[in-house]
Amino acid sequence: MTPDLGSCPRLAVGCRLNEKGQPSRVLHMPERALRLNGPSLEIIERCDGKRTVQEIISELQKLYSKAEPQKIEEDILGYLERLHDQRALDFAPAPSDRSAEAK
Amino acid sequence: MTFAAPTPLALIAELTHRCPLHCVYCSNPLELAHRADELTTEVWLRVFREAAEAGVLQVDFTGGEPLSRPDILELVRAARGTGLYVNLITSGLPLDEARLDELVEAGLDHIQLSFQGATEDSANEISGTKAHAQKLRVLEWLKRRRVALTLNFVIHRRNIDQIEEMLALGESSSAGRIEFANVQYYGWAFANRENLLPSRQQLDRSLEILRRAEDRLRGKIKVEFVVPDYYAKYPKACMGGWGQKLMLIAPNGDALPCHAAQIIPGLHFDNLKDHSLGEIWEKSEVFQKFRGEQWMPEPCRSCEHRTRDFGGCRCQAFLLAGDAATTDPVCSLAPLRPLVDDIVAAANRPRAETLVKPDWLYRPNPA
Repeated sequence: MTPDLGSCPRLAVGCRLNEKGQPSRVLHMPERALRLNGPSLEIIERCDGKRTVQEIISELQKLYSKAEPQKIEEDILGYLERLHDQRALDFAPAPSDRSAEAK
Repeated sequence: MTFAAPTPLALIAELTHRCPLHCVYCSNPLELAHRADELTTEVWLRVFREAAEAGVLQVDFTGGEPLSRPDILELVRAARGTGLYVNLITSGLPLDEARLDELVEAGLDHIQLSFQGATEDSANEISGTKAHAQKLRVLEWLKRRRVALTLNFVIHRRNIDQIEEMLALGESSSAGRIEFANVQYYGWAFANRENLLPSRQQLDRSLEILRRAEDRLRGKIKVEFVVPDYYAKYPKACMGGWGQKLMLIAPNGDALPCHAAQIIPGLHFDNLKDHSLGEIWEKSEVFQKFRGEQWMPEPCRSCEHRTRDFGGCRCQAFLLAGDAATTDPVCSLAPLRPLVDDIVAAANRPRAETLVKPDWLYRPNPA
């Protein structure tokens, strides 16, 4: 299932980032943990149930401005889909007033 | 010579061997730890700090029944306070709604609730007590609480034909994962093996159902299962390799590389009362004994699978072959594989399945 650009990904119950300041950042999940490097950490930190998928893509495109924007979008969508299949993410629908408020 | 120790990832904290269940496949050793020998709260708290410092990410509270410890809330809170991911492996028997709230409040990340079957009669037969109805109550309470849930069904000859009912139970719950764990033959399960090992036909049918369920539930519920050892072509990578990822601490504080290591003769286990976790992980004789590849005999030593399965399970090699340093006999390449073939053949001979319960050896409670 490709994530809907207007939905808001958030970490599923039982999944959390370890504390800042640890030597390596990991996403804790039931029975496993995922080590996060630069871009994957940037994505996960934005899966806060408030930002939409589209907003996360735009922010990462700014952050990694030297990379091909289309490639970034594909990578993020693929990554979010994998995390969802692993039950690490839920997609909450964006509140209807949300897009107006963000502008 | 010693191998450089890798970073330990998980701590299995066997808080106690006391348990309200008497499961015939219990992985606890035949000689159970006494209550009076259990580690104190203070030592456990120190162990959690040392574990987090050593790089450990997760602690599994298990037993016995970990909720039998009166200090369980303090242990959960302290472990979570060090940053560890806190998992509780429980029968659910000592729970009520207030206790559950307190555990979640204390920082519990995940509950693994065990089920002995899909129906009351068969589950209670295996656990040797009336437990099933309470577990169903716990499932209802969990629906209303924000804590991750895994259901764990332990699978064997007497319940493997209930997989569909087990899946239905899992789907009606709030579980994000359902584990179908085939019995591993150590401890009490080894003693009861004849009545636990499924037939090839039973196994194949169950795997077909589970593969379909895995596809059907993708993204909703993670369905996990593995082919049981005796029917596999290659052995499991037991504990991710001896001394590679996990440390198990027995109720008395002995540090073990796996659940069953106490059965291997001649091993002396260092105790957390006397040594730090990091010191034991890196330097103890037991953790180094089968760490890496130096100990390996042929055919493991030159085998391409050695970096994946680490030669299989040392305890299984000892139980089946009487030698912990030989290739795990469940491996199809092992010289001693005929030992396992004989056991599997016996499980596949026609036999009248009894409706009355077999002559189980039930696990008792420690003093």
